[in-house]
Amino acid sequence: MSDPTRSADPTRSADPTRSADPTRSADPTRSADPTRSGVIHDIGYRHYDGARLGRRHVTRALFVESAKGAYGLGRSTRSKIVPMLLFAVVCVPAFVIAVIAAVTEVSELPSDYTSYVLNVQVLVAIYVAGQAPASVSRDLRFRVMPLYLSRPLERVDYVLAKYAALTVAVFVFVAGPLTIMFLGALLAELPLGEQVPDYLRSLAGGVLVAFVLAGVGLVIASVTPQRGLGVAAIITVLLVLGGVQGAVQGIAGAEGEDTVAGYAGLLSPFTLVDGVQSGLLGADTALPAGPPGDMGAVVFLVATVLVVAGCFGALLLRYRRVSI
Amino acid sequence: MPLIATDVLTKRYGPVTAVSELSVDIEPGVVGLIGANGAGKSTLIKILLGLVPATSGRARVLDLDVATSGAEIRERVGYMPEHDSLPADVSATEFVVHMARMSGLPRTAARERTADTLRHVGLYEERYRPIGGYSTGMRQRVKLAQALVHDPALVLLDEPTNGLDPAGREDMLGLIRRIGTEFGISVLVASHLLGELERVCDHVVVVDAGRLLRSSSTADVTAASSAIAVEVDERTEEFAALLRSAGLAVTPVGRLLEVELRDDTTYDVVRDSVDSLGVGLVRMERRRHHMSEIFTTSGATSV
Repeated sequence: MSDPTRSADPTRSADPTRSADPTRSADPTRSADPTRSGVIHDIGYRHYDGARLGRRHVTRALFVESAKGAYGLGRSTRSKIVPMLLFAVVCVPAFVIAVIAAVTEVSELPSDYTSYVLNVQVLVAIYVAGQAPASVSRDLRFRVMPLYLSRPLERVDYVLAKYAALTVAVFVFVAGPLTIMFLGALLAELPLGEQVPDYLRSLAGGVLVAFVLAGVGLVIASVTPQRGLGVAAIITVLLVLGGVQGAVQGIAGAEGEDTVAGYAGLLSPFTLVDGVQSGLLGADTALPAGPPGDMGAVVFLVATVLVVAGCFGALLLRYRRVSI
Repeated sequence: MPLIATDVLTKRYGPVTAVSELSVDIEPGVVGLIGANGAGKSTLIKILLGLVPATSGRARVLDLDVATSGAEIRERVGYMPEHDSLPADVSATEFVVHMARMSGLPRTAARERTADTLRHVGLYEERYRPIGGYSTGMRQRVKLAQALVHDPALVLLDEPTNGLDPAGREDMLGLIRRIGTEFGISVLVASHLLGELERVCDHVVVVDAGRLLRSSSTADVTAASSAIAVEVDERTEEFAALLRSAGLAVTPVGRLLEVELRDDTTYDVVRDSVDSLGVGLVRMERRRHHMSEIFTTSGATSV
């Protein structure tokens, strides 16, 4: 730093050669001089006069950071490995399908868009089980919530941002391979009139499955502050529900109880959304039995909406209890 | 305009009264909020942040009503909680940038302010390492940095020296003093240790069982009380009698005599008494208020 007595030196102001004085680089008032940029000045505490964005911007920032965080973007290399690897793996079958379609002269893709998520449901479940706890358990376990709540953000904003972020992340996870398949179909010059509606149906199903899985995953993660426990709990719940659904449907089908077999789809998040996809959006179900009739389709839709709303409500209740 | 103003503020949790009819005006500066554990300090801070609704009464922070303008208050106030509140797997820089953005700072401003603030609280190279490997002192600094990063008008610090060793305590207290003076940010610092606050605060507010015991300048609270402690090497009884005969109130406390301090002539009386008895004067010192004295004496007068 400069010698504090220098600035008070009366002889300096009278010196006409002052501007060429090479020792002036130590003068803190000259820090704006571009030719003196090599000098570091401790300019003390500076106040912030810039923009202070409100609650909505803060919520959006939390949403964007959380959504990117679900793929480890903006985080350490270690936290990128698992989500990126899973994403690569879930894309492999789609890539194989696309390549087969492109190099062989087939008239349709070897697999439906709309049954893809159901076929890779274990991978999707693992992804959700990994990322839902990473998104919310950390803030609960390390008691970071008081730091959020002592800011303009409200509890509902936090829940909204986290739910929306994981929904987008899961949607990207399933839309990625679907899009690869679609690109394969385009390369193979398959008729667009058949491909586009089916592709869009599968994307709509992807949105629903993302909402349902993000909700279920976050609710479980928000009550298991221990991250490992949360991961295990989510995987268990999703896979057990899938197993129970398959068993009930199988047994009911074998017993000739077609209605029961149809409604068995309600038991698992993946088959629930498959029911809406086939019953309402006109896709072919990949299950032994889809929702029975128009009534069944409506029941599946209502159930989906209820699950999503219920998860959101449960999260709000959970975060209302978080004390600061 | 007072920095903080409460008006018969009361908060009850069921049968427990955490804050009881608290009315106090706090002017800008470094203010200590002193009370034993469970005296209602943390509850008061949460009310001031607009996070906990008061059962009755009103409070204003930065001239904003806590009941209706909580979000505006939280935009301009920083809060450092008592307990550990940092994720282990991110670096101080990443974490404080995130918290700056959560306070409404745009991305670039958040980065610049984070670099500045971490430097001011004394975190340098280690700020790029994960917080999980930090010492308690470094963690406290990160907690302080996240409370300062958005350049608040007021910071609320809840037991900032908790868990620190003596050197760390000194650093933290020095930092708090600098926040109030160099940075020009008002500070409300809650602690159960009067001794450490008296050195950094301009003003102290003492609470006990949710009630206001005292609100006065630090000088008043910690002014040497009106007593001196005197110890002589022998003939203590005779010495005490001599002082009493000079019209001073004398209370024996163990080997010490606590002598009422009227004015500076009291010292002369002690000196002359020692001289006339020919005993050795081992110790003569001003007595300072202890926390417990503040509670008993002020408590008695305010009831």
